Amino acid sequence: MVTGAMPPASLQPPPEGTCDAMTTTAVPSKIRVENVSFAYSNAEALRGVSLDVYPHEVTVLFGPARSGKTTLLRLLNRLTDLLEGTRRSGRIYLDGQDIFAPDVDVAELRRRVGMVFAMPIPLPMSIRANLTYGLQLKGVRDRALLEARVESALRAAALWDEVKDRLEDPASSLSGGQQQRLCLARILALEPEVILLDNPTSGLDPISTSKVEASLHELKQRYTIIAVPHSVQQAARIADRAAFMLGGEVIEVGTAREIFTRPRDPRTRDYVEGRFG
Amino acid sequence: MSRGTKQKLAFALLTAAAVVVVVPVLLVAGYIIWRGAGAISLEFLLSAPRHGLREGGIFPAAIGTVILTLGTAIVALPLGVGAAIYLSEYARDDLLTRLIRMAIINLAGIPSVVYGLFGLGLFVLFLRCGTSILAGSLTLGLLTLPVVISTAEEAIRAVPQSFRVVSVSLGGTKWQTIRHLVLPNALPGIITGVILGLERAAGETAPILFTVAAVYLPRLPRSVFDQTMALPYHLFVISTQVPGMPMTLQFGTALVLLAFVLSLNAAATIIRSHFRRRRSW
Repeated sequence: MVTGAMPPASLQPPPEGTCDAMTTTAVPSKIRVENVSFAYSNAEALRGVSLDVYPHEVTVLFGPARSGKTTLLRLLNRLTDLLEGTRRSGRIYLDGQDIFAPDVDVAELRRRVGMVFAMPIPLPMSIRANLTYGLQLKGVRDRALLEARVESALRAAALWDEVKDRLEDPASSLSGGQQQRLCLARILALEPEVILLDNPTSGLDPISTSKVEASLHELKQRYTIIAVPHSVQQAARIADRAAFMLGGEVIEVGTAREIFTRPRDPRTRDYVEGRFG
Repeated sequence: MSRGTKQKLAFALLTAAAVVVVVPVLLVAGYIIWRGAGAISLEFLLSAPRHGLREGGIFPAAIGTVILTLGTAIVALPLGVGAAIYLSEYARDDLLTRLIRMAIINLAGIPSVVYGLFGLGLFVLFLRCGTSILAGSLTLGLLTLPVVISTAEEAIRAVPQSFRVVSVSLGGTKWQTIRHLVLPNALPGIITGVILGLERAAGETAPILFTVAAVYLPRLPRSVFDQTMALPYHLFVISTQVPGMPMTLQFGTALVLLAFVLSLNAAATIIRSHFRRRRSW
């Protein structure tokens, strides 16, 4: 079975548990995006985007290509700082603190808000060194702590059993699916608060994809997750809350049930029902 | 002429051009080995020259060249790699950067004898290093800098940008990323570049002429403020300045110098291919 060919029933949101998005709206948001506009040196990417992300939920950003999803994701841990000639307005708050304030420690922000990229990029070192890299840069020297983090992160990313006997092998020797889970584990080792997933199952086979999707339900117990899914179907499968983006704007935000079963905006409805994109 | 004949003719000419490049290398190496091999002996390698350089060996000159090569590395490595890191990782495309790049290009174009005179003026006289290993190493280091900078910069740029983004996204600062990720992965390329630069420095005569080289000093140098003999200058002296010099000693000296330079070259090649095989990107 190919994941792209799911029956229409999969458009239903996952069964609602105790963590139902509907009941959490009174909870203060983990991340608040307030009227953010952003432009690269050669193109506008976001226009007046506002969004609230609540703790222990999976929030998906979905929409057609070039709608600004990845840009928004990269703004949330300020990876956009690496580019020159960009322009930004508006504010982003993490736990009520402006992440662009001058006294913010950007390295610390990126440890709290970790990113898993669309393409798995293992660093050119051993599996173990990939996992301890971020911690060592943070200044952790304690061998026992490093070891413990390596194991717990690999277990949380469902990779431990496959690599526990070959931690010294180069990370590039892993398969594509394993590399993607390694990149997730690498972030988990830092014990972040928020995890950004940019199309985490691109290039993965259906089995690896379902492993990653299943692990999201575990992960959101401990972390807040913001994901750019690779399809509407996947968005519906994993989302507690969803934001439909189009042309650099957030068209509609709501719980997964609202967005995927009775969207208010006709553009959202057309996209969800597969009429364009 | 038919089109087919033209095609064949062009192919033949181009092949000939490529072969012609190889021939002089083989001829030079072959001729020097043929004429100089007879002079090579333990005594030649391990004793000092005697009787107005007409007898004995080349030991002080060979050791002098090794010392000067090391000294050059000590000068050129930190300066060159530092400049390369700055240019590839930090520099914006502004007036200062363009000036620096222009300076490096011009540095590479300066004749080596001018480096010698510059070294004499700045290091030997003005900075009062005297005619010394220190002054010679500094002069040769400057001469080597352009090669070191450009090859090191190339090696640093060859480390994929995506690694830097990952490092930063894991909470690495820019310097941590350079120090723990970029430099270790660029190191083989940097070492290769440094060795290629040293190779040129090891064979130079003009820059050491006024800054360090001694015509006859049959002992090893005692400090960096000492003069030393060196193979290229020794070869120059015994080839032009000493009447009645036995030819085999000249070719023997040339052979040792050639072997030293070629073994540096071989080391660079081995390091490069070793790491290229281990590289995972």
